[in-house]
Amino acid sequence: MKIFRMLGRSIRDAFKSVFRNFSLSIASISCITITLIIVALSILASFNVENFTKEIEKDMTIVVFLESNSDENTIRYVTNRIKNLSNVESYDFKDKATVKKEMQQESSIFNTIMEDWNNEDNPLKDTYQIKVKKIEDISKTAKTIEKIKGVSVVRYGAGMVDKMVQAFSSIEKVAYGVVIALVVVTVFLIINTIKLTIFSRKREISIMRLVGASNFTIKIPFIIEGMILGVIGSIIPICIITFGYLAFYQHFDGYLYSKLIELIQPEPFIYEVSLIIVGIGILVGMIGSASAVRKYLKV
Amino acid sequence: MDLIRLKNVKKQYKNGVTAIYDLSLSIKKGSFVFVIGGSGSGKSTFIKMLYREEKPTKGSIIVGGVNVAKLRNKKVYKLRRKLGIVFQDYRLLPKLNVYENVSFAMEVIGAKKDETRRKVLKALELVGLKNKIHNYPDQLSGGEQQRVAIARAIVNEPKLLICDEPTGNLDPDRSMEIVKVLEEINKTCGTTVIMATHDKEIVNKMQKEVISLKDGRLISHIEKGGYNENI
Repeated sequence: MKIFRMLGRSIRDAFKSVFRNFSLSIASISCITITLIIVALSILASFNVENFTKEIEKDMTIVVFLESNSDENTIRYVTNRIKNLSNVESYDFKDKATVKKEMQQESSIFNTIMEDWNNEDNPLKDTYQIKVKKIEDISKTAKTIEKIKGVSVVRYGAGMVDKMVQAFSSIEKVAYGVVIALVVVTVFLIINTIKLTIFSRKREISIMRLVGASNFTIKIPFIIEGMILGVIGSIIPICIITFGYLAFYQHFDGYLYSKLIELIQPEPFIYEVSLIIVGIGILVGMIGSASAVRKYLKV
Repeated sequence: MDLIRLKNVKKQYKNGVTAIYDLSLSIKKGSFVFVIGGSGSGKSTFIKMLYREEKPTKGSIIVGGVNVAKLRNKKVYKLRRKLGIVFQDYRLLPKLNVYENVSFAMEVIGAKKDETRRKVLKALELVGLKNKIHNYPDQLSGGEQQRVAIARAIVNEPKLLICDEPTGNLDPDRSMEIVKVLEEINKTCGTTVIMATHDKEIVNKMQKEVISLKDGRLISHIEKGGYNENI
């Protein structure tokens, strides 16, 4: 019961203090708002980068060409070997006739050239498209397959795609770094702003100490006040990312520049990011005020 | 029975100044004690150590069974709830009225509303301010403000009331009124009162227990008497 009484009093005091020290509250809130906007944008960017890096990785396959005119025994042997490889998630076998048909469908030029080919003339090769479990081990798996008897060429998305994935992963790391740095900077800004608020209440705190209030009791209203400032400070950033991301998504029709880079669907993504932003706001306000008030608790 | 016991207490500040040298004394429960001494006598340091605003460098200070010298910063509130403190500058909150200033002391320790109301009114009656509960500190005279501060100090019914020059800002008549209020509290509630002062007239008139300090040393500790002119 006592704890509820104290908590009720703390919440009441915290709200009172936000409005009583209005100009200082505005200072803290704007500081939280500005940083949270940048944090929110960085989060949106890093999540999207992470998303399309994953998408690209998912699409990476090993293509295996068998030697020309492989007989059924060779096909069965190679299929068996591929099937038993630990890093192979799935494989898709296409004989040269199917490959020919697909190519003919894709382009009219191919269609004209390939029209006259019968099965013996067909210079194309039987192929496997293999998806791997671990993308990091793709080159190792490719090399193993290359050594199987009957296999002529093995190709996988080395080079270009590798570099792209690498570039995206560094963008992601930078974005996370920015988020963390901004959160730390905000905490310091909040500490200083809240210190100003608390300075005007130094007398009150020292009297509270003298009449026997525990440090915990003194701290709680300030911590709640910091949380309130954090919540208010996150309103504008949330509005900006919610409406901004929706507009952005619709403007680009869900893809950035090419079909390769797919944006994350707005729902429920923006709600999740909003939650993260409120969470960061509350946390930053809490930590900021808790450490600001600590200085005055040594009387 | 002793409420306060100091043993070989020494206080040296960080800047190297020693305020108290090897002080040992004890104060009985229910007594009314004046602590007298000139500037730099260590009287303020002695008072501050009693409510653990300062920690002794050496020795032990037992207040109501608690060794104040070993009390950690986080646990200080436990000691403060057992005592009331009154200062020369009143230390009231200007935005709260008389009633709120006194009830503040009860609210921050989580007392119930009806209990708070009963005790606050009782304390204000004791100091003679029951008719001014809605006034704000700036609407009161110095003597009245000090009485509000006393009411706040005694509202939790402490065993010990520590007063650091409570009459320092008041004229002789108002000073006497305040000391009478303190005496009344001492008599009716049995609260031990320790009052630091340099007001000769009050000490001589009251004829109570007197601790005299000079240059950080105990000069005399008498059961009943007046102002020690040697300090």
